[in-house]
Amino acid sequence: MAPTGNTGRGDMLDAWLILLISFGYLGVLFAIAYYADRRADSGRSVIGNPYIYTLSIAVYCTAWTFYGSVGRAASTGVGFLPIYLGPTLMAALWWLVLAKIIRIAKVHNITSIADFIGSRYGKSALLGGLVTVIAVVGIMPYISLQLKAVSASFEVVRNYPELNAPVHSIATPVWADSAFYIALLLAAFTIVFGTRHIDVTERHEGMVAAIAFESLVKLVAFLSIGVFVTFVLFDGPAELFAQAATVPELERLMRLEALPGGFTAWLSLTFLSMMAIMFLPRQFQVAVVENVNEDHLRKASWLFPLYLLVINLFVLPIALGGELLFAGKDVDPDTYVLTLPMSQHMVALALFVFIGGLSAATGMVIVATIALSTMVSNDLLMPMLLRIKSLGLAKRRDLTGLLLAIRRGAIVVILLLGYSYFRLIGESYALVTIGLVSFAAAAQFAPAIIAGIYWTGASRAGAISGLVGGFVVWGYTLLLPGFARSGWLPISFLENGPWGISALRPYELFGLEGLDPISHAVFWSMLINVGCLVVVSLFSRRGAMERVQAALFVDVFRQRSGDTYAWAGTTTVGELRALVARFMGERRAEQEFQRFAPTTGRSQRHGGQRTEAHVINFTERLLAGVIGAASARVMVSSVVQGEALSIEGVLEILDETSQIREYSRQLEQKSAELQAATAELKAANLRLQELDRMKDEFVSTVSHELRTPLTSIRAFSEILHGNLDLPRNQRQEFLAIVVKETERLTRLINDLLDIAKIESGRMDWHVEAHDLRDLISEAAASVSQLFRERGVKLVQRLPADPAMALVDRDRLQQVIINLLSNACKFCPEQFGQVQARLEHAEGKLRLTVQDNGQGIPPEHLERVFEKFHQVEEGDGQPEKGTGLGLAICRGIVEHHGGRIWAENGADAGALLVCEMPASGRPRQRGFPSPKVSPSAGRVRLR
Amino acid sequence: MSKRVLVVDDEPNILLSLEFLMTQAGYEVSTATDGEAALQAIEAGRPDVVLLDVNIPKRNGYQVCETIRANPAWGHVRVVMITAKGRDVEREKGLALGADDYIIKPFSTHEVVAKVAEVLAP
Repeated sequence: MAPTGNTGRGDMLDAWLILLISFGYLGVLFAIAYYADRRADSGRSVIGNPYIYTLSIAVYCTAWTFYGSVGRAASTGVGFLPIYLGPTLMAALWWLVLAKIIRIAKVHNITSIADFIGSRYGKSALLGGLVTVIAVVGIMPYISLQLKAVSASFEVVRNYPELNAPVHSIATPVWADSAFYIALLLAAFTIVFGTRHIDVTERHEGMVAAIAFESLVKLVAFLSIGVFVTFVLFDGPAELFAQAATVPELERLMRLEALPGGFTAWLSLTFLSMMAIMFLPRQFQVAVVENVNEDHLRKASWLFPLYLLVINLFVLPIALGGELLFAGKDVDPDTYVLTLPMSQHMVALALFVFIGGLSAATGMVIVATIALSTMVSNDLLMPMLLRIKSLGLAKRRDLTGLLLAIRRGAIVVILLLGYSYFRLIGESYALVTIGLVSFAAAAQFAPAIIAGIYWTGASRAGAISGLVGGFVVWGYTLLLPGFARSGWLPISFLENGPWGISALRPYELFGLEGLDPISHAVFWSMLINVGCLVVVSLFSRRGAMERVQAALFVDVFRQRSGDTYAWAGTTTVGELRALVARFMGERRAEQEFQRFAPTTGRSQRHGGQRTEAHVINFTERLLAGVIGAASARVMVSSVVQGEALSIEGVLEILDETSQIREYSRQLEQKSAELQAATAELKAANLRLQELDRMKDEFVSTVSHELRTPLTSIRAFSEILHGNLDLPRNQRQEFLAIVVKETERLTRLINDLLDIAKIESGRMDWHVEAHDLRDLISEAAASVSQLFRERGVKLVQRLPADPAMALVDRDRLQQVIINLLSNACKFCPEQFGQVQARLEHAEGKLRLTVQDNGQGIPPEHLERVFEKFHQVEEGDGQPEKGTGLGLAICRGIVEHHGGRIWAENGADAGALLVCEMPASGRPRQRGFPSPKVSPSAGRVRLR
Repeated sequence: MSKRVLVVDDEPNILLSLEFLMTQAGYEVSTATDGEAALQAIEAGRPDVVLLDVNIPKRNGYQVCETIRANPAWGHVRVVMITAKGRDVEREKGLALGADDYIIKPFSTHEVVAKVAEVLAP
């Protein structure tokens, strides 16, 4: 390291001593990392506890905290606080927001913040690349800040006992600049540190352990200097603050209004740091990617704020102490932590503080560059390289080397970019201001992530436009002014706006004045970012993949796995294994596949069998852990035959899913129909059984009805035959019985034939127009004998005018006779009276036959028309009915299109009512109505 | 002392023929035309044989037979069922209910007389 500025001072600290201590320290770090990695390899992780996790998150406190906080406190008092207030507030929300992000990252094998955003918005390579670019450009100032701090602290310590480091000038050639060597050194260290492994998928356990150790070192170092200043240089905090209160400028620092920009600045700084603790790539790396156990978050969310509180405890005392001791001297407040012990010739303490600062800086640089290099390789370069067909990368056998080379190159480039920024801009700003520029850049990721995990409607187009918009505004309002202030752009760009357009002045965009540059930039960039994200999302159509990923991210706690089932093509396990081996090495690939499914891994090693989608999904997730989601997609699609993962393909799969859903709906419908049909069949079967049973019953009843008269006939015939000596009168009686029973048998057979004909439709009908009055009179005449015998009176009430109807004369007469004789049978003897009434009723003719007997029990009113239904009859009936009479009547009446029913009279007796269509036509099933004229002959119908 | 026979049938002509046959065979005959009347007649006349038609009003032949068999005092009463329904089911049912024999209508007069004599034989 070439000396600059004052040289040759005898009591100067030897540069080599400082370097030796520094290297020694880095060696210790390396040893810790190595040890932790070894432990991790043997399955006994040292970082699996919330304390290490918390300390690793404390990488948030960088050289900026270590040196810059004191510097800021010296000029703005408590103004340094928002940077720590924000994370404290945010930690209270971790269980809600960070927990979800961690879960998503674990489910989807997320490797970086770029991977997270790209993956959320449909595994978009474009978005991942965009985030990477923003991150690299945005973090560049932050890295330069660390370089500046390390190099400045080195110079300060080296110039002991001088308290003033030589002013670093742009004129210094690069090869003479300690910062350049520091950059190279850090690059080398990070490469050895973070990309030492061939196996790139492993979480960086060693790194985390080393970072945690560094967090401890910087905390102890800072507390040491704090205690030294407060209790050694002064007599405790009370005495220190009392002394400071006597100096007007220092008294002012202890009040809140000391912060430039006042309330707005407080708000915007708090907001920025809230975003930074989550969305700075390195914070995302340690808090999300390196998280080993989601439960650690719970303890970290109060331990980390505690860490912040402790490390900030002495910021104000040190600043006030420095201001008091160095009053009137030209000492940079950013170096107070070093210069205060140096002024007291406490060389060892100064060196320890230097190591603490080195810890803070290296910790940040290592994690940030590892995170950024992962993003550059996974989300920027690999997707691009894999798409360039002429490179043939997609076919190359072993890509692990390339992957590592890209990452190593990225680390060097990122650090050199940081160094360039330091060379170009660094001199013009204090540490804190440089850091805030990076914070504002990291905050641009917030809308895309927050919306991404809570709002499924957030679209890729929305996220891209929001990020681009926010990033452009950030660049315009924060990055470019830096170049202008450093003289790389005309200063008029700041004062009058480009081309003299004052509305475009970077610090007073669109006339927004009165804000400090940071608040101003935060306001505009976030407004544009969120505005674009929301508006474009609302108006853009999301692709299938986007919708799938959105749902997977937003509903992460509701799912069991992160499979998108987006692979429709086919490949073999062997091919997939070979693919994974190219990135992870043969051994690891073998292990992973074994772990996934022992059977799949070995038996199908060379198998040409088709693999199922879940194996492909597994491969994709595995690769995503190495090369990011977007690249993994490209790689897997290169071996999966058939249309792999075009959005159309996903759409098709979604279509297929909906088709399957439709199909299953149809199936359900079919099965419902089948059930209905089954039920119908069952009912029909029951009905058939019922009919069968009824037929059986009918046959049995008929046989019974036939056997009864036969029994009498046979019995008496045999009696007469075997008893020739019977008295004459007894013989006469028995013979009469035989005759009567024979008649009954004949009637029964006739009725059976009638009912059979009617029911089967084989009856011959001779339909003509007849006056029902005539039919009734004739029927009455034919039953007059019966009525006389029983002493029943028959009353006819017939209308005066003709009552014409189209009827079969004989059949209808049969009906009337049946009704009359039935009525007669149920009348009481001697006082019996039957009334036959015919009347016109609304185009119909209604015949009512009423007796004055017992009436019909209500439950039998309908059943009397059933075959063989017989109401229990009284004794002394002239002849027993066949039980078919009314059934035949109903058949005949209904054939004529009429109705017949039974009811009970108001006072007594039963009414049998028969309604026939008047002058109408008999209803003939399917036959044309016969032409009827008064003189018409018989119309034969069937 | 002649045996007593109760004839139960709701068909007057069949009742008449059976009454004639039983009287001619030398039994003391009583008649009933429904189930309840039959049970009253059994209670009153203590017949040795009941010629019991199945298809009678009020209580059918099965129920009457069941009642007879349920009453220990009537243990000696022989029951011959008569039915116009010739299916085996009815026959089985009658015998299962405790009937001693079974006659199907239209019956042979000799058969009736023979069966009654048979169930009365010691």
